[in-house]
Amino acid sequence: MLDYETLRLVWWGLVGTLLIGFAIADGMDMGVGVLLPFLGKSDAERRVIINTVGAHWDGNQVWLITAGGAIFAAWPAVYAAAFSGFYLAMLVVLIALFFRPVGFDYRSKIADPRWRSAWDWGLFVGGLVPALIFGVAFGNILQGVPFHLDSFLKPHYGSTFIWALFGLLNPFALLAGVVSVAMLTVHGAVWLQLRTEDAIAARAKGVISWLAPTLAVLFALGGVWVYLAIDGYRIVSQPPLTSLPNPLAKEVAREAGAWFAIYRNMPIAMLAPAIGLAAPLLTWALSRMNRPGFAYVTSAMTLTGIIGTAGLSMFPFIMPSSTDLTSSLTLWDAASSALTLKVMLGAVVIFLPIVLLYTLWCYRTMWGKVTVADIEARQHQAY
Amino acid sequence: MIDPTFVELSRWQFAAVAMYHFIFVPLTLGLIWLLFIMESVYVMTGKEIYLDMSRFWTKLFAINFALGVTTGLTMEFQFGTNWAYYSHYVGDVFGAPLAIEGLMAFFLESTFVGLLLLGRDRMSKQAYLAVVFLTAVGTNLSALWILVANAWMQNPVGAEFSAETMRMEMTDFAAVVFNPVAQVKFIHTVAAGYVTASMFVIGISAWYILKGRDLAFAKRSFAVAAGFGVAAALAVIVLGDESGYELGDVQKVKLAAIEAEWETHAAPAPFTIFGLPDDEHMETDYAIRIPGLMGLIATRSLDKEVRGLDDLVKDHETRIRSGMIAYGKLEALRSGDKSEETRILFEQHKRDLGYGLLLKRYMEDPTKASDAQVIQAARDSIPQVRYLFWSFRIMVGLGFLLLGYFLLSFYFLAKGTLERKRWLLRALVYSIPLPWIAAETGWFVAEFGRQPWAIGEVLPTFLATSALTVTDLIASIAGYLIFYSILLVIEIFLMFRFARQGPSALHTGRYHHEQPAALAQQPAE
Repeated sequence: MLDYETLRLVWWGLVGTLLIGFAIADGMDMGVGVLLPFLGKSDAERRVIINTVGAHWDGNQVWLITAGGAIFAAWPAVYAAAFSGFYLAMLVVLIALFFRPVGFDYRSKIADPRWRSAWDWGLFVGGLVPALIFGVAFGNILQGVPFHLDSFLKPHYGSTFIWALFGLLNPFALLAGVVSVAMLTVHGAVWLQLRTEDAIAARAKGVISWLAPTLAVLFALGGVWVYLAIDGYRIVSQPPLTSLPNPLAKEVAREAGAWFAIYRNMPIAMLAPAIGLAAPLLTWALSRMNRPGFAYVTSAMTLTGIIGTAGLSMFPFIMPSSTDLTSSLTLWDAASSALTLKVMLGAVVIFLPIVLLYTLWCYRTMWGKVTVADIEARQHQAY
Repeated sequence: MIDPTFVELSRWQFAAVAMYHFIFVPLTLGLIWLLFIMESVYVMTGKEIYLDMSRFWTKLFAINFALGVTTGLTMEFQFGTNWAYYSHYVGDVFGAPLAIEGLMAFFLESTFVGLLLLGRDRMSKQAYLAVVFLTAVGTNLSALWILVANAWMQNPVGAEFSAETMRMEMTDFAAVVFNPVAQVKFIHTVAAGYVTASMFVIGISAWYILKGRDLAFAKRSFAVAAGFGVAAALAVIVLGDESGYELGDVQKVKLAAIEAEWETHAAPAPFTIFGLPDDEHMETDYAIRIPGLMGLIATRSLDKEVRGLDDLVKDHETRIRSGMIAYGKLEALRSGDKSEETRILFEQHKRDLGYGLLLKRYMEDPTKASDAQVIQAARDSIPQVRYLFWSFRIMVGLGFLLLGYFLLSFYFLAKGTLERKRWLLRALVYSIPLPWIAAETGWFVAEFGRQPWAIGEVLPTFLATSALTVTDLIASIAGYLIFYSILLVIEIFLMFRFARQGPSALHTGRYHHEQPAALAQQPAE
């Protein structure tokens, strides 16, 4: 059947798929959260915005949880090094995420305007902060993270506590964070243009009209920045891919242009950055032409292109180490055993299609424009 | 070297966020089935009052569910953030059920809960009933997979240590899933959730009955929960008793510690019903013992002995010495020794590697341990008895008390005299927190009783941490403490508000607070 080498490659693709799924599904809710205080001018309008994702945010969030679980199971070394290495950043993300379930569910239970406004900002924070920090984390991973593995493979970090958090906030990483926020906000705006009418839809369209082209520019800027100023990583030598994974057995070099190697060796990979660049512009055009349904598709392609570009550029690295090159984690040496990857692949093949089917059924059931009149008629049932 | 303060803080944080998460989980697990029962009756009979019941209790379900989701997020990442070495060392086995939990259970419950809360008027009654059912299946499957993972920590079957990759690797997935500890734990835990939800509904309904309002609504809710509660409480007690004591060594130690069984008694062993366990001298003061009962419970026989802690400690001493050899050979293998002899010796002692690692608490290199240190490590290989002894007894006592409540409630309800038994109704209202206390003490017994292991006999807890600092931990504990406290206050505030409103919160115009008389004296509430 599948040999170990193929399995590891497949899992690289699957984790990527789960992350893209997370961006498309839950990233949309985060974008909607970011836009909520600005696009909803009255309480009823804000409830309209919330109710476009009201029945779906929880299922969407499971993409994040499942991606976390899949990284744990498929790349335990990455799960260990990344989440403890970005400790305080992760804490901030979690606390920001706390505001979402309660924000969605508790906001409309009490009519007091201060109560509602507090939760609106909670939903804003719960959308903005994770989107920003996930982008910043990617920006740091592209530059290499200061960690090393000891001889028993426990990850240690160059700096800890507050310094580690500030160290993350370097200019390139901040740009990556802004790209992440921009792409999810555009995605959320497209969703709102699709699911609302009149004033809210018009305002969402207004956001797309400037943010989508900006996103394309920022993404291109990121590419130029990596090309000019960011060293990539390259595997100089490693044990044969049939041997058992051992992150300390390889030799790694850090050099300019290494993040572009895959595009030289495999031109088809250029498709990802090309989509990342073109899709936001298509989204902008389709939104202008009042075709938000198609714009949603191109916006999902934007997310796929941008996340795909990050993943492909680093291939086969997942988390390079800036302080101890050998400790860098790759999809070959951070992976679980063949049996675990096989079992998990079986689970994905069986369950993911089922998940997609009932998720689509749920969206279909709740489909239709959410309107102010609708919210006022169902004010004790709706969010 | 191991910093004990750091390890303690890591453990406190995990215990706190996990136990906080479990405030919300049991109610979700049980209340969803009560909703399903109410909704089924509504679909079958068409009686509107069951629709109102389902809708009202769904409101309370939602308030609780939101925090279950919130705190569950922390749990998913807690292993990576705070137990990085654990994640590396056992992710190959432990990660798989977590990932499958996401795919199979979390998606199901979270996708359908959206329709449960907001989609009722978009589908037929039957379709909505199916939505409730699927949400229920999803929540309960979540419990199954996390308990498969947890059972593996107690009884790590279906996996083997690999010196090349320096971690545990899965060898038999079916063995991990069908771990006998997992089966028993699953039913015990979900049934505890059913008990919690039954007590919640009974307690709140009793309060309406005491206030003499919305009686038809309250009594029907009460009846559903009482029936469900009797069955659930019986299941918890039977499955709790079944809790797989005879499986791994860790479970044997846990059993002996729970029962303060300091030394091996001649079979059948007596059961200590009361006493003050003294960990220092390994004895129990003021013990009251029932002869023979312990042997009967633990071995289901009169002739098998229950091993006491003194014998278990001696076994551990032998295994620690064997583990020292395993550790030495592992280091040799990792630094390139390819000789056949080293390999064979390592394989022979590999199953005791975890015991060798216990010595790392006192020194860098376990192969250099003195006799005194080995004896010390063996002494430290059992959990502290006094906490286990008492939390276990609190849990069991509450289990029987709750069963008693359900039986009495059921009896008086059937006799038609419930409304006159105001003492019972009052007791039920004030006893609403009891199932939570039972559930939390139960988890304490399960997890504290596993110490000093993170993974039984494989990985000591103090080695499983991340390479963080005490400052990191203080920052995160403070963060969780502040935000979790705020959220809890808000949750309880909403819960009380809606429970007090009762079915009037549905705005149907049929219930107490919407009647002219009640509206006139509104400020009373």
